[in-house]
Amino acid sequence: MEQVLTNGVYLGAQYALIALGLTLIFALMNVLNFAHGQMYVLGGFVTYTVYGRFEMPFVVAILASAVTLAILGAFVEKFLFRPVLKNSEREESSMLLAAGLAFFLDAVILLLFGEKQRGVPKIIDGVMNWDFLIIMPYDRILIGVLAITFIVTFILFMQYSKPGRAMRALAQDKVAAQLMGVNVTRYSMLGFALGAMLAGIAGGLLVSIVGVNSGIGGPISIKAFMMVMIGGAGVISGAIAGGFILGMLESIGLTVLVAYGDMTYLLIFVSLMIFLSIRPQGLMGKPWG
Amino acid sequence: MNKNIKLLPVVAFLLSICTSVLAVNPVLDIGFVGVTSGPAASWGISNQRSMEAGASLINDAGGVKIGGTTYDINIVSFDDQKDPKRAIAGMEKMAQKGIHYVVGPNVDDGAAAVRPVAEQQNIMYFPYAFPKSLYTKPASNAILGMVANYQSGPAIYKYLKDNEGVKTVAFIAANESDPLSQREGGVAAAELLGLNVISKTVTYQVDTTDFMPVIVPIVKLQPDLLVLSGVAPANAPQLIRSARELGFKGLISTETGQDAQVLMDGAGDLANGFISVGGASTPEIKSAEMDKFVTRYIEMFGEYNDESNTKVYALEYIIATLKANPAAINNVDEFKNTMETFTAPNPYLKGDRVLKYVGMSSFGQKRQISIPLVVNVYNNGKFETLFVAEVD
Repeated sequence: MEQVLTNGVYLGAQYALIALGLTLIFALMNVLNFAHGQMYVLGGFVTYTVYGRFEMPFVVAILASAVTLAILGAFVEKFLFRPVLKNSEREESSMLLAAGLAFFLDAVILLLFGEKQRGVPKIIDGVMNWDFLIIMPYDRILIGVLAITFIVTFILFMQYSKPGRAMRALAQDKVAAQLMGVNVTRYSMLGFALGAMLAGIAGGLLVSIVGVNSGIGGPISIKAFMMVMIGGAGVISGAIAGGFILGMLESIGLTVLVAYGDMTYLLIFVSLMIFLSIRPQGLMGKPWG
Repeated sequence: MNKNIKLLPVVAFLLSICTSVLAVNPVLDIGFVGVTSGPAASWGISNQRSMEAGASLINDAGGVKIGGTTYDINIVSFDDQKDPKRAIAGMEKMAQKGIHYVVGPNVDDGAAAVRPVAEQQNIMYFPYAFPKSLYTKPASNAILGMVANYQSGPAIYKYLKDNEGVKTVAFIAANESDPLSQREGGVAAAELLGLNVISKTVTYQVDTTDFMPVIVPIVKLQPDLLVLSGVAPANAPQLIRSARELGFKGLISTETGQDAQVLMDGAGDLANGFISVGGASTPEIKSAEMDKFVTRYIEMFGEYNDESNTKVYALEYIIATLKANPAAINNVDEFKNTMETFTAPNPYLKGDRVLKYVGMSSFGQKRQISIPLVVNVYNNGKFETLFVAEVD
């Protein structure tokens, strides 16, 4: 059981990091970014190229992923979402744009990086073996710790920095924030860039242990949406809780239900449906949105 | 006079165009319907690219002579996105274009879905899917394009039982139709050989990113052999790496084709000893023609995919059969008749191996292309031949 719980925490840290960016963008702009998974994949491929191909340090590769995705996010917000949100009253317009962007990025990534699964050399060798109760490779421990570090840093940034406070104000009430002098245009762009950057960092970190391929973007987005729905759309702490809950459910289900075939996700989906019918706003979301 | 001289280049240009137009061969379209996007894209892309590289070699050599006519080969591709409905649309597109020979689809449900269209529209198709119903009577238009898992599995398990002392086996499969049906076939084959199957219920979602939690229950059992049933090349290195890092010491095998570079990237030395199925892959068996194919593939697409070692054959079979009976170009019944007696040299392997249609033992009719069952073992970045067998 120790191994199962450790796997759950470690998976949860990965998932929470993936979901953070998605919920941030939703909170700020009310946009369901279906291209979040593709941004994760792109981040993975940037790290693969910088660390795996050019053999530069892993830290540089993660930075490259973060910067690339932040620039892409800012560009996407400024030239795609901002005009659409300005000119269209209908929410479907931004959803369609996000879906279109996902397909576009899928095609570009396939063209640039090919169809093969890619991976990078291990960042640390060796496996921690605690009396055969918990076995965990050191690189996974490091990635888990880094993921938690990024999550904590992000929370601190949102809580105590001026841009963080401005973005939280925007998420709570856009009109009131504007009346208080918050520059909506600037902070929306910053928020989108930050959301994309978090996806890129997650992709960059995880490529070192799980690899990446051009087709995994869609499934990643779906999983991220699940976490956000569990925790409550647009709530940062909710996304983190959703990530850890999903990670733990997966880890326990895959061990406890192993004799019954692939029941884990079936039960997770059934539980999610029941949960959402009782509490549609998720664990920490507000009923009014 | 001057005016005439000025016109000379124009006349020469027009003449060159006319000459080149006259020199162009008629085009023979061959179809491909398969998955070239999404998580399973590598299955279909290696298929499509193998066909395009093969066609390019043929066309650069001046085309292929079928009957009295020399044709250029054109590959018409359709991405079915691993969706049976799209596969049907793809096959209908092929029919509208008058194409009678199609490679694909890559997966069981897609191959089953296109059967009515193919039979109604007189299309012979070469799926990379294993359901026997596609190849046994009354079905007659599908030709299995590779070695099925129920043919390779028993051979691999027997080899490992006899040579490596394997007694216990565990199976793991993705939770979708192809891998699950391959797992069922593998379990049956292992039990028939007298092996003790100690786990056959562990599955994983196709979109799994981290396999450590998935593999924990199997590693605890420490089987002599872990079979990754129908594993996609994207998942194989992660499963191997997770199992080895958790302390799994036994053998790991699969009945699908894999790529050495992907294994090296994803699992490094932890993939050493991994057993999979190849085609015309290793230096011990491949011919100069195969090397030429690989070189062209790299020239066209930048990087070779070892999965193409099994996928190089379908186009070769179609063209060689049409050469043997030119009447089959627009008549699939002629093609079927020719299949009964067809043989031709296998250009991709050393020695005197031949191309022929097989399948009497498995399907009761010749509805499978004969490619050697090459079982590989991965070691330090490349595949080595473990053993070679024949399938009928």
